[in-house]
Amino acid sequence: MNQQLSSKRNFDPMRKSLNTLGSSVAAIILALVICGVLLLATGKDPLAAYGKILETGLTGEKLLEMLKRATPLIFSAIAVAIGFKMNLFNIGVEGQYLFAALISAEMGTHVSLPAPLHVLFILVVAMVSGAAWASIAALLKIHRGINEVISTIMLNYIALSFIQWIFETFFRDDSDGGLNVKTTEIVPSGRMPDLVHDRLNGMFIVALLVAFLYWVIVFRSRFGFQLRASGLNPIAARTAGIPANQMILFALLLSGAVAGLVAMPSVIGDVYAYGPSSTPTQFGFAGITVALLGRNHPFGIIIAAMLFGFLDSTSAVLQLSEIPSSIVKVIQAIIVLVVVIVNEASSRRYNRKIAEQAALLPKSLDVSR
Amino acid sequence: MTQTKNFKLFVLISAALAIVSTVRLWTNQDALTSSDTIGTALRLTVPILLAGMAGLWAERCGVLNIGIEGMMIFGTWFGAWGAWQFGPWVGLLFAILGGMFGGLVHAVATVRFNIDQVISGVVINLFAYFGVRYLSELVYVGKPGGGISQSPPQKWALPKFNLPILSGGEVAGWKSPDFLGWLESQRWFVLGDLGGISRGLTHSISWATVIAVIVVPVSAWVLWRTRFGLRLRSSGESPVAAESLGVKVNRLRYYGLLISGGLAGLAGGTLSIVASSYYRQGQTAGRGFIGLATMIFGNWRPSGVLTGAMLFGYAEGIKLVASDSITALFLLIASMSGVFLLYAIISRKRSQLLVTLCAFVLSAIAYRTIDTVPESLTQSLPYVVTLIVLATANQRLRPPAMAGVPFRPGEPH
Repeated sequence: MNQQLSSKRNFDPMRKSLNTLGSSVAAIILALVICGVLLLATGKDPLAAYGKILETGLTGEKLLEMLKRATPLIFSAIAVAIGFKMNLFNIGVEGQYLFAALISAEMGTHVSLPAPLHVLFILVVAMVSGAAWASIAALLKIHRGINEVISTIMLNYIALSFIQWIFETFFRDDSDGGLNVKTTEIVPSGRMPDLVHDRLNGMFIVALLVAFLYWVIVFRSRFGFQLRASGLNPIAARTAGIPANQMILFALLLSGAVAGLVAMPSVIGDVYAYGPSSTPTQFGFAGITVALLGRNHPFGIIIAAMLFGFLDSTSAVLQLSEIPSSIVKVIQAIIVLVVVIVNEASSRRYNRKIAEQAALLPKSLDVSR
Repeated sequence: MTQTKNFKLFVLISAALAIVSTVRLWTNQDALTSSDTIGTALRLTVPILLAGMAGLWAERCGVLNIGIEGMMIFGTWFGAWGAWQFGPWVGLLFAILGGMFGGLVHAVATVRFNIDQVISGVVINLFAYFGVRYLSELVYVGKPGGGISQSPPQKWALPKFNLPILSGGEVAGWKSPDFLGWLESQRWFVLGDLGGISRGLTHSISWATVIAVIVVPVSAWVLWRTRFGLRLRSSGESPVAAESLGVKVNRLRYYGLLISGGLAGLAGGTLSIVASSYYRQGQTAGRGFIGLATMIFGNWRPSGVLTGAMLFGYAEGIKLVASDSITALFLLIASMSGVFLLYAIISRKRSQLLVTLCAFVLSAIAYRTIDTVPESLTQSLPYVVTLIVLATANQRLRPPAMAGVPFRPGEPH
């Protein structure tokens, strides 16, 4: 990936990050203009729609909802970003987190522990089962050389039917005569307390913590250095003695572990059970978009997740004012596409500029190759 | 040379037929080769086949297409809209155009702007999913029978045809005899199966099915027998070499992706126009990814894609028509692998022996012990099969060498 390469040749970090910020903001504005044209073409007033989004989104109530909606996105995006940092494309977050949700929701009902330990136990089970599902893709890649893009797509669908089968045959709560399409409810000691009653769950703090740990592990540790090095230049990394297969395994396990937390705001913060219709889906793919928008940086991911959470939180109100609420999702998809294109274009321009500068340097200082 | 090859093929097919027929008579599961099953299987094969061909065209020109699912979604929506407004043929045309729009977005993003091909595909899937939802809210809500997740039903259906004399139906008011149907109902060894299979393939066939099947030989001919096809494949195998010979690699990738998108759109169109008479949200149900799996399973070749699509279509079809015959399927697999096992023993191929022995023992155990296979597990069959194929035959698979690698003309490599 070019933009990562460019950070190696970086001369001025401050200018680089300003450049990044500037191009991201420009891309978002461009995306909004494209969506405006789309709205106009379909006979809706874009200014009214955007006005409505801002007006309803900026109330205190909606801002809390924004944080609530951002929580799973942060987990999912970080799971994807860990893979990206190693040049691995983990499309399987969807399957990993649903599998983890089912297993942890069920395991959580089989233990009795004091409150904080019980919550911790469920979180650990979720992370382990998410990592376990991701390990299939890792092993297939290491031992059989199967591209993780293909295997994780396949594993998503396998996970869906496998989960459905386990749920219907073993884990479904039959106490209600079959009315309850959920696992048995987790007792109060295993529930994550709310930060603001019924508005924001404590999992938001966990998400921020995970983002911080992601920063420490991937950007500030020896392991993280090896991970990023293997992603940037696998051959150089192997020459430097970094075990390639081990890095693939660790990266996907770590990614799967974080993915396991995606559904936790629902499982231990809201519904207190797993259910095919009550556990939210589609967060795996949303996570990819958030990670792209946040450029795999923890701070960027949090901001991007909040932006998407903000847009999501306004969709219900849009519906009332006769603007189809799905426009919010369309805006998100267009934002990501434009941001990725603009990033690619700007990093290419930046690289070319650096290469030109390097060409002017004496040969011994040539950093461009 | 070709004579012995044809003879071998003939022996193989008759042996397979004999085994199928024996299993059918043994287990009394006529559904294994009934014209009902085959007809349903054919209908289910079509969208998978077209999606697989869409993937093939994209990868042959050097671009991964994860966005087939999204292009299919465009196809279902625009196809249903066109069919609802102007009739089924225009509907199919709109389906193709809708898919091509998706292909064009993919091409602009990956070829013009060089962004990661997987990323572009994933975003197109999301964009299509929510984009058509937005359009549904604008167009379908409030119409009779329509809603946010569903289009109003279409008034016309595509005409279907039967092969006169052989498989019944009516020709200009004259009721044609149904010879194959009669043959099938006799349940004779091999002949009954032949009757069932050929009647399934010729009885009340939609013209869209014919188009889909024709796509396979036409694609094979264009890709392997024309100058355009050679250049297109060369830009997937070695774009640098192709460029040095004056091939416009990026322009060919545009063409490849437009064709790919069009085929994916047609696949979607067959779902919303032929297989049903309205658009429904989630109609594609992951078939784009099954198509991708089929492409891998078929080793990036049209005939392989056809085989894979028929296999998955048959598995899905038999599940729909007679779900209890799935146990007979285990016996079928057991006897097939038994034959291969014998062959492996005779020709002393050790690696083959191990694989077939495993398959034989596993399917035999499955036949003896399993009575019903849960619906939820059979759904994942294509994906499991693809992973197994990838894991065991990875050495023999040969994808286009440079598929997935962006190409920038004129830059050093």
